[in-house]
Amino acid sequence: MKFNKILKNALLIIVACLALSACATKKAGTGQMQGDVYTGKDTVEYLASGVPDRVFFATNESVLTTASRETLRKQAAWLRKNSKINIVLEGHADERGTREYNLALGERRANAAKDYLMTYGVSSDRISVLSYGKERPVDSGSNPLSWSKNRRSVTVKAN
Amino acid sequence: MIRKLILLFLVFFPSNTYGLIKVDITRGNLDPLPLAVSPLAIDIESKNKFKKILNKQDIGSEISIIVERNLKTSGLFNPLNKEAFLQKPDIANLKPRFEDWKLIKAQALITGKVNFVDEKLRVEFRLWDILAGREMMALAFTTVPTNWRRVGHIISDKVYERLTGEKGYFDTRIIYVAEEGPKTQRVKKLAIMDQDGFNNKFLTLGNELVLTPRFNKTSQLVTYLSYFRNLPRVYLLDIETGTQEVVGDFPGMTFAPRFSPDGKKIIMSFAKDGNSDIYTMDLESRVVDRITNHPSIDTSPSYSPDGKFISFNSDRSGYQQIYVMDSNGKNVKRISFGKGLYGTPVWSPRGDLIAFTKLHKGKFYIGVMRTDGSGERLLTENFYQEAPSWSPNGRVLIFYRETKTNDEGKGFSAKLWSIDLTGYNEREVKTPTDASDPSWSSLLSN
Repeated sequence: MKFNKILKNALLIIVACLALSACATKKAGTGQMQGDVYTGKDTVEYLASGVPDRVFFATNESVLTTASRETLRKQAAWLRKNSKINIVLEGHADERGTREYNLALGERRANAAKDYLMTYGVSSDRISVLSYGKERPVDSGSNPLSWSKNRRSVTVKAN
Repeated sequence: MIRKLILLFLVFFPSNTYGLIKVDITRGNLDPLPLAVSPLAIDIESKNKFKKILNKQDIGSEISIIVERNLKTSGLFNPLNKEAFLQKPDIANLKPRFEDWKLIKAQALITGKVNFVDEKLRVEFRLWDILAGREMMALAFTTVPTNWRRVGHIISDKVYERLTGEKGYFDTRIIYVAEEGPKTQRVKKLAIMDQDGFNNKFLTLGNELVLTPRFNKTSQLVTYLSYFRNLPRVYLLDIETGTQEVVGDFPGMTFAPRFSPDGKKIIMSFAKDGNSDIYTMDLESRVVDRITNHPSIDTSPSYSPDGKFISFNSDRSGYQQIYVMDSNGKNVKRISFGKGLYGTPVWSPRGDLIAFTKLHKGKFYIGVMRTDGSGERLLTENFYQEAPSWSPNGRVLIFYRETKTNDEGKGFSAKLWSIDLTGYNEREVKTPTDASDPSWSSLLSN
């Protein structure tokens, strides 16, 4: 009985250690960016199992990366199957740009995603676009990793 | 409130050119002019009346404090400590003993008197040249008592103008965006305050995101961006009546609005299919004109004060840079060629300079350049700052600055700052909450 308890505590400690070390590696940000495009999963949510809701961009860019195109093809396939669902593409920028330019940049990013979804058979009347510029960051940090998470286009169900 | 104001200017003596004191405001003034602002004299009866109406112990002293603070904030004047004053306010106002004021090294003296007359506030003031031993200016105002702060600002403007030869900027207001809450879910409201931070008032409730309010130079209209019903559109707000309306009927986001100098048009960006171009809309005829037509991002348009040119930023070269074109969109010319990115060009009220935001090697700068792009001068460097707006006399810029957060993403703040065109006299403009996107009004009285 007593031995059992000790074992349990030890296990808890081991689990806690593991969690801590995971945190530590996350903070270092290793392997979460390619160039300055975010490739991690921290902030990603899912429209359906295996269908990530967002794609990420390089600084000042609206070009879709290979990974982004793959994500959008998954979204397109899912949207074709669920033809009653409409979406809003929310375009965002990081905090390192002037407010008005970033509004335009967010709009440009969301439209890059829209164009790609349309190429893969999603009708344009199911898609609306909304730019938030730098007004709605997901990560409030002031460092390159945080900024990379904020440069994004998020596909949100509208109904 | 502005229209309700009744101001009677009674000029006792025409301000003439005898004055010997002259403050040079074209260079950084490291040696501000020492002057004495005597408390305005007030008789017991008037004092008690105003105490009842305004809940102020001594309105004469309060008005002089406004003048003192304005002149000090300008960086051009050094108001001397009142405790060193030898002459009583009422006697000084009649005829100052110049030797007494010379003794404390004052070069100019402001005196005055406050009276309660027919339910009104009557203020007279005089500006004296101590070294020459003569009066430089004398004026009187009558207004409703609740306008007492504006009287202080108008006196400040008159003194500033008499001593520098240029119009002041104290009887003005700032419209801005008040911010609260965590960085990821900022609540933003339109707010307006006097230039010195008093009489702060919120104009929206914070239910929807609002950005970039800008004054009309000729009336009490404001244009801004609102996310009402999640449709980001340019709006028009009458700050006297509170009436709001959407500008135009665009099938997409409109943003970055400003008025034309005559107040008759709004210039803004319209974003469609990933492309932002510049448009104008005539507020009366509702006619919309497309000014730029380019697959790049064209935004942050601002008119020259004569309305003949428009400056804007565009990334048509690959990166955000500043351009100037004719008001019809012809003759587009890039003017920024320094290292880094350039944005938010705003034409100075004098017409000779364009203020801008610059990003270079991870730092943000507020700077000015001539309208052909020559003579670039950076005034201030920081982690993040942008969106300069000119004081109506073109001598001071107000902008906002954001702080870097720490490793936990904490410690974010946004504040208003001002700096002289000379690059000197940088100071925070205090606001009740965090603040951004300031826009400076023109002089309210003129």
